[in-house]
Formats: sequence, C-alpha cells, structure tokens
Amino acid sequence: MNYSAAEIWTIIGVMGIGTFLIRFSFLGLIGDRPMPQFVLRLLRYTPVAVLPAMVAPLVLWPTATDGQFDPVRMLAAMATVAVGLWSRNVLWAIFAGALTLYAAMGITAVL
Amino acid sequence: MTTSTMKTPATSAYWAGLRDGAPFILVAAPFAMVFGVVATDAGLTLAQVMGFSVLVIAGASQFAALQMMVENASIAFVLLAALAVNLRMAMYSASLVPHLGAAPLWQRACVAYLNFDQPYLLSISRYEARPAMTVPERFAYFIGAATPITPLWFLMTYVGVVAGKSISDAWALDFIMPIMFLALVAPMVKSLAHAAAAAVSVSVGLLLVGLPSGTGLLIAAGAAMLTGALVEVWLEKRAQ
Repeated sequence: MNYSAAEIWTIIGVMGIGTFLIRFSFLGLIGDRPMPQFVLRLLRYTPVAVLPAMVAPLVLWPTATDGQFDPVRMLAAMATVAVGLWSRNVLWAIFAGALTLYAAMGITAVL
Repeated sequence: MTTSTMKTPATSAYWAGLRDGAPFILVAAPFAMVFGVVATDAGLTLAQVMGFSVLVIAGASQFAALQMMVENASIAFVLLAALAVNLRMAMYSASLVPHLGAAPLWQRACVAYLNFDQPYLLSISRYEARPAMTVPERFAYFIGAATPITPLWFLMTYVGVVAGKSISDAWALDFIMPIMFLALVAPMVKSLAHAAAAAVSVSVGLLLVGLPSGTGLLIAAGAAMLTGALVEVWLEKRAQ
C-alpha cells in the first residue's frame, strides 16, 4: 500500500461523509412529503433486489478459494436459504448455514 | 402516571428492537474482527482502522475500499468503488420515508448514521408487519435494533487489530457474511413478485460480475426492483 497518512485519512473522511449523505438522502431531504405509488412499489423490493446480487458471486466464486467453486460453501448457502424459506426465521437460517459450513468442512477434512 | 403510560409504547418498542437485534452480534462480531485483522495486515494503523469502522460503519464498503487500497488504486477510484457499494443504502433511505419521514430531523439523522443492513432489515420487516406503530415507536425500535450491534462493531474491530493474527483461515470467516445476507433475505421472499425480483437480482448480478466493483450490483438491483413492482401490478390486474 502506497499512501501517505493524509491520503488515507482523506479516503476515510470522504467515505464517512459520503456514506452518511447516501443514508440520509431521501429520509433527510424528502421528509414526510407523499411519494408516488409506483416508487413505493419499487422500494418494497429493495432488500430482495440488492442482497441476492451481492451474495450470488460470493457463493459461486468465494474469495477465500481465489474464486474456485467450493461445494462446502455452496452447500452451506443452500442450507441457509432452504431453512430461511421454510422457517421464516433469520436466526434458524444463520444457524443452519453455519452448522452446515462447519460440519461439511469437518467431513471434508477427515476424508 | 401520564408520562409513564405515554412512554411505555416507545420504551417497549426499544426493548423489542434490542431483543431482535441482539442475535446479530454473533454474525457481526466475526465480521468486524476480520476487518480489523485484514486492515492491519494491509498496513493501516490502529487509528485508521478504527476510523473506518466508526466513521463509515458499513462493512461491505470498508472491505471494498481496503481491496482497492491494497491494489494501490487512485484515491478517486477507491472512493468510487466503496461508495458505489453503499448506494443500495439510498434505496434503504427511500424505503424508510413512508415510515419515518415524519420524525424530527435529528432522529432522521441518527437513523441515517445507523442505517446499515441489519437494523434496516429488522425495522422494515417490523414496520410492514405492524402498520399501526406510531412514529416514536418506529424510531425507538430502530435505535433498539442498532444498540447491540454498533458498540460491538467498534469493539470487535479493535479486537481484530490487536489479537487478529492468531485467527486461522480454517474458520472460513469469509463466508459468515454471505450466510448472514442469505438468512436475512430468504424469509422476505413471501410472494411471486419477491421471488421474481430475487431471481432477476441473482441472474443479472452474476452476468455483470465483471463490471467495476458495485456497478453490476446497482444495475441488477434496479432491474430486480422493477421486476418486483411490475409483477405486483400484473398480479393485481389479474386478480381483478
């Protein structure tokens, strides 16, 4: 890494302010003025629109394996989604995912 | 008497948020710690690593910035990549407007600082499940949901910096974040429109994975939101 301390603090400062402004944007500027019906419809899908696209590449090409497909991580991801869909409970899904991850890692280590 | 009965709903909303938010320390703790380890390893000082976690407080973009810095990218490009990853939070901000838009400015500013994935996702599901909540209750719930995770985020970053190098790769901490996001999103797929949005999100996200950091994600998210809204309109028309 080739940055001076001032450059690093510039990155941190601008990122801090920029991130706050992004989070504040609509909530701070628009306030409680009514929003158009179609905008509200779009926003209902924010989490299911953003998170799957963020996670999918990490599941198929994990950084820890330098982008090589890893059956253990794929299995853990599938267990997380299956239990999440079935139980409608975030914690059970996390538990199932972590358990599958470590169990499958344990089994592959023994084999 | 009057004050205590008036305070009770907001106070109990705070505790409900705290209860719902508490379990996330289990997943946020390793994540913050990994950031501490990796950032120190990359050559940042303790103050700089803490600066990231306190001022930016957005895990995915902190990692994105770090990745660009390790590659010695120009400052402009480091910032662009990291902030692009956070653009999804503009959508979070917008989707909170119908629920919290009527709150005082200082409260909206607090929510904005704490508007990261876990408190947001917990709160938005709660607001949608209970439309009768008052604005003070909604604010209290949001702050409650952020209470356990925020100090822990700072503390575990510090622990990562100090104690980090003894953590073995064998623990696969890299995969804790994907598991957390999948676990958050799966229970939210509750209609055909949600399923369609998620499917478009995954396919477009994978197709555009070669684009510069965050760009493909934004396009995929936009396409998926549009899909969800259009499928919803279509379903409503068909039901009539």
